[in-house]
Amino acid sequence: MIQTFFNPEIIVAAWPIVLSGLWNTILLSLIVVPLGLLGGLILALLASIHHPLVRWPLMAWVDFFRAFPPLVLLVLLFAGLPFAGLELGGFACVAIAFFLNTGAYYGEIFRAGIDSVPNGQVEAARSTGLGRLQAMRYVVLPQAVRNVLPDLLSNTLEVVKLTSLGSVVAVPELLYEARQAQSVTYNPTPIVMAAVIYFLILWPVVRLLSRLENRALAGRR
Amino acid sequence: MSQKHIVEARGIHKHFGPLHVLKGVDLEVKERELVFIIGPSGSGKSTLLRCLNRLEEPTSGSVMVDGIDMLSPKTDINHARQRIGMVFQSFNLYPHMTALGNVTLALRKVAGKSRAEAEAIARQALERVGLADRADHTPGQLSGGQQQRVAIARSIALEPRVMLFDEPTSALDPELVGSVLEVMRSLRESGMTMIVVSHEMGFARNAADRVVFMDNGLIVEQGPPAAIFETPAHERTRAFIGQIQRH
Ligand SMILES: Nc1ncnc2c1ncn2[C@@H]1O[C@H](COP(=O)(O)OP(=O)(O)OP(=O)(O)O)[C@@H](O)[C@H]1O
Ligand SMILES: [Mg+2]
Repeated sequence: MIQTFFNPEIIVAAWPIVLSGLWNTILLSLIVVPLGLLGGLILALLASIHHPLVRWPLMAWVDFFRAFPPLVLLVLLFAGLPFAGLELGGFACVAIAFFLNTGAYYGEIFRAGIDSVPNGQVEAARSTGLGRLQAMRYVVLPQAVRNVLPDLLSNTLEVVKLTSLGSVVAVPELLYEARQAQSVTYNPTPIVMAAVIYFLILWPVVRLLSRLENRALAGRR
Repeated sequence: MSQKHIVEARGIHKHFGPLHVLKGVDLEVKERELVFIIGPSGSGKSTLLRCLNRLEEPTSGSVMVDGIDMLSPKTDINHARQRIGMVFQSFNLYPHMTALGNVTLALRKVAGKSRAEAEAIARQALERVGLADRADHTPGQLSGGQQQRVAIARSIALEPRVMLFDEPTSALDPELVGSVLEVMRSLRESGMTMIVVSHEMGFARNAADRVVFMDNGLIVEQGPPAAIFETPAHERTRAFIGQIQRH
């Protein structure tokens, strides 16, 4: 049992590979999370314009990318774009797919946050001469973000988990590297290593999240 | 020209979809005048005030404030709004900032003052409303009356030429109303031009220069407080004032 799943020699041998996979997972997360946040913020700011010409296309966009399975989107970009004469690497495809998919989710969260700030405050800000964007930046967004912090964090957790999809398009992230190691060693130990590492890096986030959620609940009481 | 009009609203119409809320309102306000607007709920008082600083876009008509055409596309509306303070029924303070932060925001981001300058001006404004010692409190730590005074400080810090008040004391517990009226009275004494929508008839009687009665999107009549309260010319005015005084 231990020889199969926790083989010490294989742990030692696979360690450098798995470690480089971990770095790539972290790097990927550091790219796709800000990208998704940026995309979401742009969508939410557009949604705050409340104009039919902006509203309907925006709703269609958000609905589309929330309904579209991210794995399918990723494979479509990776396998489909070359036929359109555009050959992007796996990494770029992951970045684009996440921008589209997680951006739509972050967008809905930001939008809920923005809606949670009473409009009277914006009117007060505008009446003192602040522009639309200034009122958004100084009055609405700080409160909006604080109000939806648990949701933002929870979505970020999902995004980091989803980076393992990169393995499908040969991005050498944690899961991909672990499977490489597995296929050369003919042993599942590297996969177990990857699983343990995922758990170890995500568990503190889960803890933090549940503390935030409890605090939000207590604050509401 | 006898005395300068600082506010000149002409032929203001406002539709909300099928709803015709303002039906051709003319309002002129002289410098240093305190004009009181009364009228039944839904008569368009708030909408009229909000048309004056273009928080609401009139469907037609013209609004001049301090010589600026408020409705012209060429007017820098954010610049123009600094000259028109507005105080709301629900205070609308920014809860994530201290009282001082509430007052300095526009000073810094609109008027372009440095942080030190803005804070000095803000502390003076807070002093004028009797809250110098509450500068570092957040709205959540202040009473309703104190919050409304911070809101007034936020407006007066920008040295507006006109102040609009939309039911500034309606959301307050009765025992806190006095402190806000006190601040409004001292503002008036300092020569501020004020347009006030309120049900505080006592305040209207001894502070207002003119009372305007609105009903159903129109100004029905206007005149000195004594005339409007004691000898209103119109039946609707009489009915409304009788109703208010019974409370
Ligand atoms: N943004 C809006 N959209 C649609 N209708 C509106 C809007 N704002 C105001 N109204 C309507 O316009 C009418 C006048 O409203 P307004 O708030 O100006 O009245 P008011 O005299 O201030 O009343 P109150 O004393 O209750 O504050 C009301 O029928 C109101 O429902
Ligand atoms: Mg009103």
